[in-house]
Amino acid sequence: MQQALARHHSIFLLILRRMRAPLILLIALFAIAVLGLTLVPGPVVDGQTSYLSFFHAFYFISYTATTIGFGEIPYTFSDQQRLWVIISIYLSVIGWAYTLGSVFNLLADRSLRQAIAMQGFVRAVRRLREPFYLVCGYGETGRLICDALDRMGLRVVVIEVDENKLGELDLHSYAADVPALCADAANPETLKFAGLTHPSCIGVIALTNDDATNLAIAIAARLLAPRVPALCRAERTATSANMASFGTRHILNPFERFSETLALSLHAPKASQLFGWLTGLPGSHVEQRRDPPRGNWIVCGHGRFGRLLVDAMDSEAVPVTIIDIDPKPDGIHRWVQGDGTGADALHEAGVLEATGIVCGTSSDVDNLSIAVTARELNKALFVILRQNHESNRALFEAFESDITVVPSRVIAHECIAILSTPLLAPFLDEIRRRDEEWCGELLHRLTHRLGWRVPQIRSQRINLSRAPALYRRLMRGETITLERLLRSPADRSMALDCEVLYLDRDDDDHVMTPAPDEKIRPGDELLFAGTRRALEDIDLIIANEHTLEYILTGRDLPGGRIWELLAQRRRKKSQPQLP
Amino acid sequence: MNLEKVIFGFFIVLAATLNFGFFVGDIENPAHHDVYELFAALVVSLIATVLKFGDRTQIGAVHLSTSLVADLQLIAAAMVWGYAAHVGGGMSPEMTARVVSLSGGALFANVVSVIILIAETIMQRR
Repeated sequence: MQQALARHHSIFLLILRRMRAPLILLIALFAIAVLGLTLVPGPVVDGQTSYLSFFHAFYFISYTATTIGFGEIPYTFSDQQRLWVIISIYLSVIGWAYTLGSVFNLLADRSLRQAIAMQGFVRAVRRLREPFYLVCGYGETGRLICDALDRMGLRVVVIEVDENKLGELDLHSYAADVPALCADAANPETLKFAGLTHPSCIGVIALTNDDATNLAIAIAARLLAPRVPALCRAERTATSANMASFGTRHILNPFERFSETLALSLHAPKASQLFGWLTGLPGSHVEQRRDPPRGNWIVCGHGRFGRLLVDAMDSEAVPVTIIDIDPKPDGIHRWVQGDGTGADALHEAGVLEATGIVCGTSSDVDNLSIAVTARELNKALFVILRQNHESNRALFEAFESDITVVPSRVIAHECIAILSTPLLAPFLDEIRRRDEEWCGELLHRLTHRLGWRVPQIRSQRINLSRAPALYRRLMRGETITLERLLRSPADRSMALDCEVLYLDRDDDDHVMTPAPDEKIRPGDELLFAGTRRALEDIDLIIANEHTLEYILTGRDLPGGRIWELLAQRRRKKSQPQLP
Repeated sequence: MNLEKVIFGFFIVLAATLNFGFFVGDIENPAHHDVYELFAALVVSLIATVLKFGDRTQIGAVHLSTSLVADLQLIAAAMVWGYAAHVGGGMSPEMTARVVSLSGGALFANVVSVIILIAETIMQRR
């Protein structure tokens, strides 16, 4: 690494090498001028022809060449000397002009500026002492994730291949400094410079819009830093299969994720709502939207997105009609040739009897056109719109679709959920396995207590560093249940506005939605959902001895060493010690 | 044959020979040491130094450092000469000895440079 660095970034040497020719020219011209001036006969002084010594000649040429010009010393020059001085002046002007020109050229040089930027970046990354995430690709998704990470107080290092997008990063104000590099993240050397092998690197997030690059990042992360978890975006099924084959920790496929969600909402609307409530952006309201109806569906565009949605509907046994420019009849679905933007193809696909339509082509304008036409033909149609570019957001907001799928946002949400609460993923997996009734009950209970606003979700491990007060008490053998713990520090008769969703035991055991009388054991990891205020209170309770004492017993602990000693003596007197 | 190598070798050897030319002779006798030769030695040495700029190899680094030593010594010699000739009132034997001994130091550095050059050439065996 060090060697590679030295090879890559010796800017000083680069400058020296580029300056070789101008410097040699300058030295040569100076030497010629000085030498000539010492050889040219000067004025006759005391009957003898005087010559300029090297000392005087060097002095004279120095101030003449640099256009300072002090006059003729030590005697007024002879005409021969003046002739030579004219020559030397023009020679030296050429020399200086060339040298200065080369210097400015060098400073404006793209490769040099890149080398300087690279060196600054490498230094900034090497000096990072806090845990940081390496984000490759600063597009729409990258920006959302950087924002979220920055708000969580985590440092970010960014690699982006497009200079213009990187320029936006400078305009964006982050709380912490974000080192950024304009380079191709597919190059493992670049990843190393960006801190992939840095001890403080806690994760790699590959979000470039090129699957091949993401794959390269995933494999580099797997080989160079196996302990660092990688979150990689994959838009093609083949890519995600490839990534899965060498054990990439999290593969983010926006279309696959959405088709799963759609399949879930088709066969289990309650579970789907619970999902939405748990994984939305914290603080936003979850709309109680209508669920996708069962019935005839039309899918426009059989590309990556369309294919996955058709698969999802097949697995739910929903009849599908596909409209595509290039029909590939498979004997299962009804195919209609066309692009769906005109009423003819829609009529042929049976839009009047259909219950839902998916506008899933890769063109935003086409999708909107299909949606508007279809709505006009059939008002009750359930519309799923695919939005490809963030810049078209205003158009998609103006059209009231039932669901708008924005791949960049789907990924960002999932990414943020994974990063902020590692325990959420197994909980969500459990939900998928549970039945509809169970999900409905849980949703009802949670929204009844916490409202429809998306709660804050946080996982917390009960260990010495994160929860010293609680951990010490548990290690002393005290029995503490969830019910006793989750009390308001202001008034212990009030319960906190939060719920424990999942409890992960040290010994690979776990409890879904633990009951209030569930006992906490040291080393447990708990998944909380609740208001921001309540989660802050929990932090205080488990870390602060005094608050914990009040929560559990209602006693206010005396603060300070002396009061503690006094209180201990009193307690010893009053309480008979049990054997 | 490589023109760059020719120029490089030429300047290094020329710096050493000029330096030697100035150095030989009675150390105290100003008549044995021509100031034009000192000037030439200094200029050629400076050019040789610039030619060595930007070489990333280990041997290049040593080359550059010996050249810098030679420059430093020759510049010091030139300054002593300038002081003696114009401020100190003429080249006394004492001042001459100072200038020549400084250039002697530079000569040693130049000899090291030449040795490195030869060693490098032998190492490459081409």
